[in-house]
Amino acid sequence: MPQKIMDHETIRRVIQRMAHEILEKGGVEGLALIGIRTRGVALAERLKKAIKNIEGIEIPFGVLDITLYRDDLTLVGATPLVRQTKIDFDITDKRIVLVDDVFFSGRTTRAALDALIDFGRPAKIELAVLVDRGHRELPIRADFVGKNIPTSKNQKVKVVLGETDGQQDEVVVEDK
Amino acid sequence: MEWKRKHLLGLEELSKQEIQLILETATSFKEVSFRDIKKVPALRGKTVVTLFFEASTRTRVSFELAAKRLSADTLNIAINTSSTSKGETLLDTAKNIEAMNVDAMVVRHGLSGSPFILAQGLNCSVINAGDGCREHPTQALLDMFTLKEKFGHLEGLKIALVGDILHSRVARSNIWGLTKLGAQVTVCGPATLMPRGIEQMGVGVDYDLKRVLKNSDAVIALRLQKERQEAKFLPSLREYSRLFGINQDKLSEGSSNLIVMHPGPTNRGVELSAEVADGKQSVILEQVTNGVAVRMAVLYLVLGTKEEVVI
Amino acid sequence: MGLVIKNAIIVNNDKIWDRPQDILCEDGKIVKIVSSINAGGHETVDAKGKKVLPGLIDIHVHLRQPGREDKETIETGSKAAVKGGFTTIMCMPNTNPVIDNPMTVEYIMHEANRVGLCHVYPIGSITKAQKDEELTDMAELKAAGCIAFSDDGKSVLNSRLFRLAMEYAKMLDVLIIEHCQDPLLTSGGVMNEGAVSTRVGLKGDPGIAETVTVGRDIEIARYLDARVHLAHMSLKRSCELIRWAKSQGVKVTAEACPHHFSLTDEACASFDTSTKVNPPLRAREDVQAIKEAIADGTIDCIVTDHAPHTKEDKEVGFDGAPFGLIGLETSLGLVIKELVKPEIINLPKMVDKMSTAPAKVIGLKSKGIIKEGFDADITIIDENKEWTVAKEGFVSKSKNSPFIGWKLSGQVECTICNGKVVYKV
Repeated sequence: MPQKIMDHETIRRVIQRMAHEILEKGGVEGLALIGIRTRGVALAERLKKAIKNIEGIEIPFGVLDITLYRDDLTLVGATPLVRQTKIDFDITDKRIVLVDDVFFSGRTTRAALDALIDFGRPAKIELAVLVDRGHRELPIRADFVGKNIPTSKNQKVKVVLGETDGQQDEVVVEDK
Repeated sequence: MEWKRKHLLGLEELSKQEIQLILETATSFKEVSFRDIKKVPALRGKTVVTLFFEASTRTRVSFELAAKRLSADTLNIAINTSSTSKGETLLDTAKNIEAMNVDAMVVRHGLSGSPFILAQGLNCSVINAGDGCREHPTQALLDMFTLKEKFGHLEGLKIALVGDILHSRVARSNIWGLTKLGAQVTVCGPATLMPRGIEQMGVGVDYDLKRVLKNSDAVIALRLQKERQEAKFLPSLREYSRLFGINQDKLSEGSSNLIVMHPGPTNRGVELSAEVADGKQSVILEQVTNGVAVRMAVLYLVLGTKEEVVI
Repeated sequence: MGLVIKNAIIVNNDKIWDRPQDILCEDGKIVKIVSSINAGGHETVDAKGKKVLPGLIDIHVHLRQPGREDKETIETGSKAAVKGGFTTIMCMPNTNPVIDNPMTVEYIMHEANRVGLCHVYPIGSITKAQKDEELTDMAELKAAGCIAFSDDGKSVLNSRLFRLAMEYAKMLDVLIIEHCQDPLLTSGGVMNEGAVSTRVGLKGDPGIAETVTVGRDIEIARYLDARVHLAHMSLKRSCELIRWAKSQGVKVTAEACPHHFSLTDEACASFDTSTKVNPPLRAREDVQAIKEAIADGTIDCIVTDHAPHTKEDKEVGFDGAPFGLIGLETSLGLVIKELVKPEIINLPKMVDKMSTAPAKVIGLKSKGIIKEGFDADITIIDENKEWTVAKEGFVSKSKNSPFIGWKLSGQVECTICNGKVVYKV
């Protein structure tokens, strides 16, 4: 039975809260958001908008495709599609907040960190995720978490966002 | 669309969707070459060998850079054979290199069809970097990539291929690729270098360069090998240049948006005047830049595939 | 002791016999054909349910011996021949040394005799060492056993020399077989010039290389009122020229090969070098025209142009591989599959193209028909039996066949040469 964990309204409030937390922790000085494809990009855009509403400032924003940094490239069947990475500002000495939808094994974050380092040397990298479902395989933690959802390994967390999925926002946990 | 081919032997066997996938993937890869650190780890630990039986600098270097920017180890082997009948050494040579556990072999050979011999005889991926007069798929892909960048689409574009069509693998690969993606291709060149039945590949034939330029969005000038004149296909290079060389005067027949391409290296004053080659309508250097991105995409796709082998 | 073939449904070039006959062969001759023969004391072969044909004759074979015994020998070639139903084969002179001297002729005949499976007639070369410079000593070669002359593998390009050869051969009453191909036009082509060669980027051999030579040879034959036999015709236009020449009374005969009516140049797009043959596989309309020309008599004989090549020689890529494919063991099956089953020709006509006409063209007066007093060369076939060509199945030393994996109709059950069983399935 799929179980709805978050709905549209909850997600809106969570984004709002996370924006405040990000600002509370370090202000807007040197702050930049980078969304990890696919849904991290939409979430990062929402955070950027929320920050603009609060502070009135446009902060730099980038898109990161981590496919080329995956550690399972040789294990998957058909070659995964590579999409564009677009970071058109210098990340050196910035405070970068990486944004992703579901935080699970930590491998995506690891790939994203490697990719980011190739672009420059940020002052600091933080991680913001909509959902933390546990089961880390690497020593990585999130700095900003929308919601902690305890899951078992054979469950699946599905994040649906208007921008990417064309449906009303929701987060659902279902059995595989 | 998933990529499921282990080899890239030509564009003849690729579907429209497969060609589009390569071009889209190349778009993603282009950005890598503009970073400070021009390297991604996608092919870390893979070994890519370029095995060239014909002299080439441009294509080999482009493949080598593409592989290196994907973190693959590269090894370049150039084997000098003036004769195309040295085919017996081809598979043997390739097998010996493969025995050192290489993952992909980028091959150029004077024999048409030689990549098929390798793809059937080897376990590693084979990428055709030019076989005889048959195909040069990555050149056509980079031409198409450049056209797509310039015009935003390929569908409906009018593209002219000018020069020695008979011996041109670049022409053949471009004809396959461009026609599959909906472009209209016209071939133009001396009748003695126009292969019989070319129109059955879905192209128009026109011997009047000015008219062709007038009706084209882009022109791809082909390299004229000097040997062709020695083999009496042409009365003289001067006469060739007079009829089929593109100079500013002839170019002015066409639209000012007409772009000029050339696979290189250019015989200045023969296929293109220096003025045209360096002029504002020329995208020759962009082609070279795009070549790396396209070859990165091809290496990435071909080496990433673990599923069934499609030859 | 003789040989009796029981229950033989005889197929000659004129008809299929209604009732089964018994055939008695003694001392290499057909002695008696009657409805029943007491086989007592004779070896017997029961042909019940099969067809009994005059032994097949292939006047265009490359045996490679002397010189390239790694590709084929007279022994392996003879084995392939009798397995394919042939009791007489003629071998082309492009050996090493060339068959341009009596010693080589005698060597081949002696070796063929030792092998003792089928009749082997060497074809002498028209020019010394096939160099297109001087005529061979044709009279001496004829005395040694050559009944035909050819520079097969290439044309006699020198038209004056070819004229002289025809005049000389006419005087000696021997046949000139011409390989029609102007090498200047061929200019290194490796497959038929056309849409397919253009597509796959292989160098094209234009059909005009064949037809201009056909035209020249017809003109010389007409002028001299001499005989000429045109080898392996592959084009629609060649057939038209020959048809016209015959209608004008020119003494021209012609042959075609099974691969030229079974495969088109599209087969070369696979880069399988066993499809690289000279003349090359042609376009669909040519294949169709060859079939029609066989049916209407423009093409007199079906020959194999059996051209064995080793794997090593062939597996060097399309440009580098030598021309040729093996044909002795697949010829009958292809003829039945492509011509007899689709009713382009019937069985008697097949016998004509594969035995009676070749015997006549070459001047073998006691071969090509099952008749009392004729040579006891007989091929027994089951024309309905289907079989699949397998690489391992070939007894030829070389395996360069584009037909591997093909399902063919018609199998040779038994081959009798000189009144002796030389092959049995």
